[in-house]
Amino acid sequence: MTGPRVTALSAVPRLRRGVKTTYDETRASHVVLFPEGVLVLNETAAAVVGLCDGLRSVEGIALRLAEQFEGVEPDDVAELVERLVARRVVDVDG
Amino acid sequence: MGEAPRADAPFGLLAELTHRCPLRCGYCSNPVDLVGRGDELDTARWRQVFDQARALGVLQVHLSGGEPLARKDLPELVDHAAGLGCYVNLVTSGLGLTPDRLADLRGVDHVQLSVQDAHEASANRIAGVRAFEHKLRAAEAIRGAGLPLTVNVVLHRLNLDHVGDIVALAERMGADRLELANTQYYGWALRNRAALLPTREQLARAGEVVAAAQARSAMEIVYVIADYHEAHPKPCMHGWGARQLTVAPNGDVLPCPAAGVIDGLGVENVRDRPLADIWHTSPAFTAFRGFDWMRDPCRSCARRELDFGGCRCQAFQLTGDAAATDPVCTLSPHHGLVEAILAGGPADVEHRAVVR
Repeated sequence: MTGPRVTALSAVPRLRRGVKTTYDETRASHVVLFPEGVLVLNETAAAVVGLCDGLRSVEGIALRLAEQFEGVEPDDVAELVERLVARRVVDVDG
Repeated sequence: MGEAPRADAPFGLLAELTHRCPLRCGYCSNPVDLVGRGDELDTARWRQVFDQARALGVLQVHLSGGEPLARKDLPELVDHAAGLGCYVNLVTSGLGLTPDRLADLRGVDHVQLSVQDAHEASANRIAGVRAFEHKLRAAEAIRGAGLPLTVNVVLHRLNLDHVGDIVALAERMGADRLELANTQYYGWALRNRAALLPTREQLARAGEVVAAAQARSAMEIVYVIADYHEAHPKPCMHGWGARQLTVAPNGDVLPCPAAGVIDGLGVENVRDRPLADIWHTSPAFTAFRGFDWMRDPCRSCARRELDFGGCRCQAFQLTGDAAATDPVCTLSPHHGLVEAILAGGPADVEHRAVVR
């Protein structure tokens, strides 16, 4: 377990400067590239990262994803954003 | 002998484009036998290396050296790696990194700028040339271009006491990240080990300063420990031939930048064989991949999944046997070698050689 969650549902995540996303044919996965690492994403995580645009809130991302995937909970999105913040891939405002 | 299992694809390529460098740091990790310009891969060959690396699964290309700016074809190489979809990291001394030069390097995603110390006189003494002012201007140029900046500082006896001022300097330079890496003893650094080894007291004080800075600073501060002083070895490269490969200026393909020191490793060259074949089947890569090569105390040790037996190059350098447990480990029968080294006194620094 990590510490208490601090990412609010109203928080607005965006990719940090110097972070790129791309599709890797070798691994057949979406990946996040940042200064010292690579994150290989599953389908849901890739969808969340794709919506971290500095405009949508965590709740907004969850609503948008619910159109695509079943059983998307805002808390699950918040937890994933929290992990991306810890890896310095994403910043949040608000 | 059965067929070697296919390894997972590597994520990173360290492309040592050249060993030429305007700096002469005594802590340099380049090999003591530096590759001259005449033996460097040409532009077409490097492009082919990047093509093959991307096809193999490489997503990050670290353009390093020596000083990569010493290559006149650097803009072309950056464009090529970026065009393949790779994350392009420029690892530079900053000398020659003007706004004009940066404008030709649009494909660069991130810059790592080396800094030798917080104070000009000391920094220039460590670099062996007057470099400090150039680095301040390079940092301005990097920020002016809107690029994320990591400041890299190799720590040792001569600058470890200034680590608080180094943090402040990196903040003034506008760094997003600061990498404070205690010296690892390979290449020129191994030759200068007695001069560079810090005392335990220095490390303890620096550790406290770094921890306080990590809690306070907006920068991400990465601290790489001094492994000779630790009870257990570092998880070197996260396992041999597991995540990254190095191509030396002459095209030699290595599991890590230091691996050329190991006698009889069977290093192969990109001029002779495709990169994927070398990664999967070259003896240099299969020798210590996984856990089968291990002997005790590593073989039966629960920590083997954490540290992979430590560093093969260090084991070879200190014991003459690359399959030995890293002598840094207190469980190694050779640990006395490290204790004896730590008990030795300091010496003067010998600057690295100039190569043309």
